[in-house]
Order: sequence, then structure tokens, then C-alpha cells
Amino acid sequence: MSAAGATAQTEVVKLEPLSQRITANIRSGNLGSAPVVVALAIVVVTFAFTAQNFWSPANFQNIITTMAGPCLIAYGVVFVLLIGEIDLSVAFVSGVAGVVVAQLQRPDAANLPWWICVLAALAVAAAIGAFQGSIIALVGVPSFVVTLAGNYIWNGVIFKGLPGVITIQSNQINNFSNYLFGTTAGWIMAAVVSVLYVVLMLWGALSGLHHGIAVREPIILVSKVILVPAIAFVTVWILNKPGSGGVPLGLLLMVGSLLIWTFVAKRTTFGRHVYAVGGNAEAARRAGINVARIRILVFTIAGAMSGLGGIVLAARLQSVDLNAGGGTLLLDVISAAVIGGTSLFGGRGEVRNALVGAALIYTIQSGMFIKGYATGVIFIVTGVILLLAVTLDTISRRLQVRSGR
Amino acid sequence: MTDTPLLELRGVTKSFGSVQALADVDFEVRSGEVMALVGDNGAGKSTLIKCVAGIYPMDAGEMTFGGQRVHVGSPKEAAKLGIEIVYQDLALCDNLDVVQNMYLGREARNPFFVLREPPMEAKTRETLQSLRVTTIGSIRQPVATLSGGQRQSVAVARAVLWNSKLVILDEPTAALGVAQTEQVLELVRRLAEQGLGVALISHNLHDIFETATRITVLRLGRNAGLFERAAVTQEEVVHAITAGKPTKVSGIPGTVKEATL
Repeated sequence: MSAAGATAQTEVVKLEPLSQRITANIRSGNLGSAPVVVALAIVVVTFAFTAQNFWSPANFQNIITTMAGPCLIAYGVVFVLLIGEIDLSVAFVSGVAGVVVAQLQRPDAANLPWWICVLAALAVAAAIGAFQGSIIALVGVPSFVVTLAGNYIWNGVIFKGLPGVITIQSNQINNFSNYLFGTTAGWIMAAVVSVLYVVLMLWGALSGLHHGIAVREPIILVSKVILVPAIAFVTVWILNKPGSGGVPLGLLLMVGSLLIWTFVAKRTTFGRHVYAVGGNAEAARRAGINVARIRILVFTIAGAMSGLGGIVLAARLQSVDLNAGGGTLLLDVISAAVIGGTSLFGGRGEVRNALVGAALIYTIQSGMFIKGYATGVIFIVTGVILLLAVTLDTISRRLQVRSGR
Repeated sequence: MTDTPLLELRGVTKSFGSVQALADVDFEVRSGEVMALVGDNGAGKSTLIKCVAGIYPMDAGEMTFGGQRVHVGSPKEAAKLGIEIVYQDLALCDNLDVVQNMYLGREARNPFFVLREPPMEAKTRETLQSLRVTTIGSIRQPVATLSGGQRQSVAVARAVLWNSKLVILDEPTAALGVAQTEQVLELVRRLAEQGLGVALISHNLHDIFETATRITVLRLGRNAGLFERAAVTQEEVVHAITAGKPTKVSGIPGTVKEATL
């Protein structure tokens, strides 16, 4: 690359063998989501042949609406993991958001318009995140302890804030999970996402060429530009089939959030500083980055995304009860981020890891459920996959250190 | 090389409680020279540098930079003046690539906080080429995959990228092998050739005699000698480091070789 400098303008496409790049990536501990995508493919094919009704538009839609809430929460968890911290309170913060939304929409009490309920729930969740983040960043209490305490506190708040069960009677709020877009709207969404993606990718490559920077991996660029629109259209095609009946709003929220947060993480100064703080907080501080500010903002994002996820989860049940945010939700969302390839050690990971991680977890749960396995077996399998994912990350990290010498 | 110093410290005094780390120390660096700062452990080298960097406030003494009397209250203010410090423990983010590290905290962006990668990448390549740092395969690889010498080169090049006037290197070769040390020393010489002032803190006299223009010796928090490298032997410098008497000279001295012996 260094020799390319002056001649790069003429040398438009520099071919680097794909195999060489993959080996280099593995050597440098940069596995990303590759293993989990492979695992997801294997799981889908296996269940498609062995579990009845797994391979159906209805089940596809069911998996998507089930994973939407946890996936949104997991996006926030990815940011927290990127700065090398942990947030154990996300599940009950999402529950608190559910309580807020349910209480404010009660026709017999507050009876506020749906959008005020939603904004209030998001604001409360974000404020909780900011509060916990401030204690972590300004006082220096370990995030593990602060959010563990939060785990208890917000669980208690849910108990105190609910009379028992509140049914959500606002259709607009319930739409957050259950609304299905019409066929045409689905196709339009696929087209918009595809065009946006392709334009962004090509624009990036072109502006690089303009500055004399060769397209680094033309094969990968081309395959991405073909694959992503293909996935978008196939997904919409399946969801538009009878039995499913359309694209659920939950999918739109997942994809929209994915695009926004990926942009924030990869293309903004804030995102760059998040990675820097996770990689070497001291170096980031010496470079003039306000580390405390980054930490507080990251926990605020985690809180806000927990709030959004909590609203979707409440909408899916069309009610909020004392189990809000409980069960395996916390384990599922952290596992989704980690299984997807986000490092627990900070500094390495992508927002999309949460999506593929959540897809893997909930596809396995769906398939095993259909096949009639007991909950215990499903837990064991999920646990083994989590263990494998973290082991893989640890090994690739050690390889990275070795290749650095 | 100009004769008026780029950086001039006079009568710097610094105590930590009852421990006097620096007593009435003078130090200067000219543009285009490599000024070595040597001394035994506890001689006050690091404290002096941290005063320049704005990490420690001075108890007494004055600092002029580029002919102007300045007060540096924080590392940011030092960077603003054009003083860049390359620390011993590097301060690079392993997970970020070379370009990202070079621009860390000072990224090129549009008004909406969106990064402008192509200009950053182009400028990084240009800077590395101007310093003839050619061993790095791709400037888009994470610095974790670089060797110690390459990492040190990136840290030094970062200073150049920001048009710094004075680069302070704290033990840049301490953790490096022979070939890598040579690589970094070559880079240090090139910095001075480009007209920057370089202050080089080192324990290694061999390194110093290979690169330095002048040598300042500190001992027990006091000046213990200021030598022209060409006019001094290693034995004389070692003697000043281990047994030199305080050489407080009125004003910034030229060469005061005889005063230490």
C-alpha cells in the first residue's frame, strides 16, 4: 500500500487475493460475524429439513417479531461492550419503559396520546442510562456493580409501578410490534434500503478514488452491493406471502436502528471515539478525547435502546405485567451481542453483531420449540453457543497479540 | 539551525511535598536540533517534560516558546502551541488502524460530525512517505499487527502530521530491538532535518551519540552539564550523569563542558 501513493490515481483497482485477506483478518483477530453467519445458515437448513412448519412464512415472521425487542436492546449493549464496559440493567430498564408506556396510555387514568407515552418511556430509559453512566464515568464505580444494582432497583420499580397487569389499549402502541405493512409498502422499503446501501457504498468508494485511494477489496465491495439488496428483497418476498401477510413494523425498527447506529459507530467522530475508548482509554484521553463524556453518552444510548426495545416487547404482549424485563431477556440480549462477535474486552465489534446474534438465538429457540424440546434443553444449547462464541473471541485475541510481535 | 531557542526554560523548580524534584533547572531546544536529555533514574527528566507538557504546574521558573513567554496549563494547551509528546508507553489504540491513530482526537469531519476518511488517509500516507516510513504494509491495518518499531514510527509521525514545532520523545527506543532502534533513530534525525525541535529523553548513550546535537545532563533535579555532542566523549557524559556537580550558569549557557569536570 505504501508504494501506491503517487501512482494510486492510475491504479484504480488493486486486487488483493480474497484468501489472503481472510487469513490476514483471522490472524489479526478480526473474525467479526463470519462464524455466526455460518452457524445461522447451518441452523436454518437443519431445522428446515427436520422441524415441521419451521420453513414457513408465518414462522419467519414470528421469529422476526420475537427477536425485534431483544435485538433493539442488544444494539445498545454493543455500544457498551465496545467501550469495554457492561450493562446488566438493560432488561429491567426496558421493563420500566414498558411500565411507563402502559401507565400513561391507561384510558381510565392518564390517557395520554400514544406518541407522548412512547417519548416519555424513551426519555425515562435514556435518563436511567445517563444516570448510571454518570456514576460509572464520573465517580469511577465499576459498571458491573452500578448496573447490577440497577438490575435490582429497576426490577423493584417495576413491581412498585404496576398494579398487576395493565392491558395496552392504544392500537398505535400495540402497532410497534404487531403492525404489518401492505405488500407494496414492503417492496418500497426493500427498494429504499437497497438504494441507500448501494449509493452509500459506491459514494464511499468514489470519494476514495477521488483522493487517490484505490478500492481495497473490489470483490467484497461488489458482493456486498449485490448481496444486501438481494437479502432485502428476499426477506420482503417471504414476508409478503400468504401466512405472513406483510413486513412487521418490528423489522423496520430493527433495520432502521441498525442503519442509524452503524452510521454513528463507523462514520462519525463520536463512533470513532467509542472505539478508541474501548481500545485504550488512556491513549484516548491523551489524544484529547473527553472519555467521561463518551462513557455517559454510551450508557445513555444503551438506556434509550432498552426503552425502545421495552416498548416493542410490551406491544408484542399487548400488556405489561410483573414479569416485564424478567426471564431470560438480560441473558438473551447480552448473548446476542457477544455471540454476534462483539468482544467483551472492548474496542472490537459492530452494531450488526447484535442482529445476527439475536437471529441465531431466536432461530434456535424457535426451531427447538417446534421440534418439542424442553426449555431446559434450549437453555443448554444457547449456553453452549455462547461459550463457543466467547472462546473463539478469546483465541482470536491471543492470535492477534502473537501476530503483532 | 537558528540560534534563538525554540523552547527555553529558566529556573524551573518543582516539589512534590518535601521532595524537590527540580531545582532551578534550565533547558532549551532549538529548531532543527536534537537535544538529548539524560540523567539517572530520579534525575528529574520526566518531571521536567511533564512541566513542559502542562501535566504538572511549575512551582517557579519561566517558559518561552518561539520567543513568546507562555504558560502551559494542560496537555491540550501544549498541543495548541505545537508541542507534541511521544510517551514511552506509546498511547496508541491497538484496535484502530494507522490512519485512525494518526488522527485520533483530531479527526477530519464535516459540520455534522461525519468523518472524512479519504483526506485523512491521503495525508497519512503523504506524511509517512515524507518521513520515509516505508515498512508498514497497509495504513489500514490495526496497529496491533505492527512491530514495536513501526508503532513507535506511527507515534512519532503523528507529531509531524500535526505540524508540531517541538517533539518530545520519552525513551523512544527502550523496548526495541537493534534494527528497530536504528529505524526510530533515523526517524528522529529526519524530524530535526525537517526543521523541528526534538527533545530526546534516553538512558542509552549510544542512541544519544548517534542522534543528538547537544546533550543536557540532569542530576538530582539540577543541571549537571550542557554539551555539544561533537565536543564531548561518552565518558565525560557518564561522569556528569553519575557525579556531575550542579552547573547553574547565569543565563542559558552555550557550552559549559569544563564546568562539570
